[in-house]
Amino acid sequence: MENKTKKFIALAAFPVLALLIMTSAKAPSTGYKAGDKARDFNLKNIDGSMVSMSSYAPATKGVILIFTCNHCPVAKAYQDRIIALNNKYQPLGYPVVAINSNDVSAVPDDSYENMQKRAKEKGFNFPYLYDESQVIAKTYGAMKTPHVYVLQKDGNAFTVKYIGAIDDNMEDASAAKHKYVETAVNELLAGKTVSQNYTKAIGCGIKWKTASAN
Amino acid sequence: MPGSGNNGTTFDNEYMLKHFILILGISLAAKAYGQDVKMVNFDAVQKLMERNTDTTYVINFWATWCNPCVHELPNFDRIDSIYKGKEIKIYLISIDFPKEMNSKLAPFVKKNHVKSTVWLLNDPDYNSWIDKVDTSWDGSIPATLIINNKLKMRKFNAKELGLDELNNMVSPFVTKN
Repeated sequence: MENKTKKFIALAAFPVLALLIMTSAKAPSTGYKAGDKARDFNLKNIDGSMVSMSSYAPATKGVILIFTCNHCPVAKAYQDRIIALNNKYQPLGYPVVAINSNDVSAVPDDSYENMQKRAKEKGFNFPYLYDESQVIAKTYGAMKTPHVYVLQKDGNAFTVKYIGAIDDNMEDASAAKHKYVETAVNELLAGKTVSQNYTKAIGCGIKWKTASAN
Repeated sequence: MPGSGNNGTTFDNEYMLKHFILILGISLAAKAYGQDVKMVNFDAVQKLMERNTDTTYVINFWATWCNPCVHELPNFDRIDSIYKGKEIKIYLISIDFPKEMNSKLAPFVKKNHVKSTVWLLNDPDYNSWIDKVDTSWDGSIPATLIINNKLKMRKFNAKELGLDELNNMVSPFVTKN
């Protein structure tokens, strides 16, 4: 290749590369779909212990994994329902595991210490884990809180069976007509395929760490 | 009859003062009154999306509890000013909790002097209408749809928009008029 051409390509590559790097610092647009194998994790719980799905004793059949947080009003509106889900499904082998992935510098309310406070106030009876690096949220493709992934245990692996909202009424639990997560877990427990494995919902966007100061 | 002169003319000091106070009073009342936030279900939003007139509709989905939404919100009133006289209508569709209409949303709109029309969308089964706005939309807010069926143009973006970004989205619709 001619020297001039080489030089041109080298120069042109810079802005293209810069663009790619800049755009990759955003929230993930990929992540899991129903049917995908979900990666395990080893995250710090509010009691100081480390929790992974494969070593979490109650997770005999699967896990109701919920990306949530302290500050978001939608997440708060679902707190009691999340506790209720654990009360109902942990004895049946599908415990709730909650993960907070928010950037604490953006939302001080979502700090580890505040997670501990909230868990104590509300009497959370499930792990409330701190995804400080945000790697788990990014890998799963979690975009907002609350965002649910129902996972079925398959030997040592976990398969995604449902992704989306808890139900169809964030403000009023008693008015919810479609309880998506309950329906999905009930179907899995009965050995059926999940009839609705994906729903869209509104919540507070997960607060991603910025790669550089903007 | 207005005039200078000093035989009981209407434009004396007393006249001026009375009318000034009246006009001031009306303006203050109008400012304090602001807009009445309407509560709607998705049908109302669907109707906007189906309009087939010269008007370009800018439909923003937001909530007072969503910080990026609140941060970008003033840009919509700014766009409205920039395109004054053009056929553009802005609707700020809030998905705040319906029970917080009077305790959170209305006071927010009043305090921030939000001029663009604000609707509270009370249609809790989000999964049933998110795709109707845009199938690429995962439901995160803020999200903005710009649509003009007569021009067969639509643009959708589910992210916080800076003023320049929003302007760049809107201008192609308006320059075609």
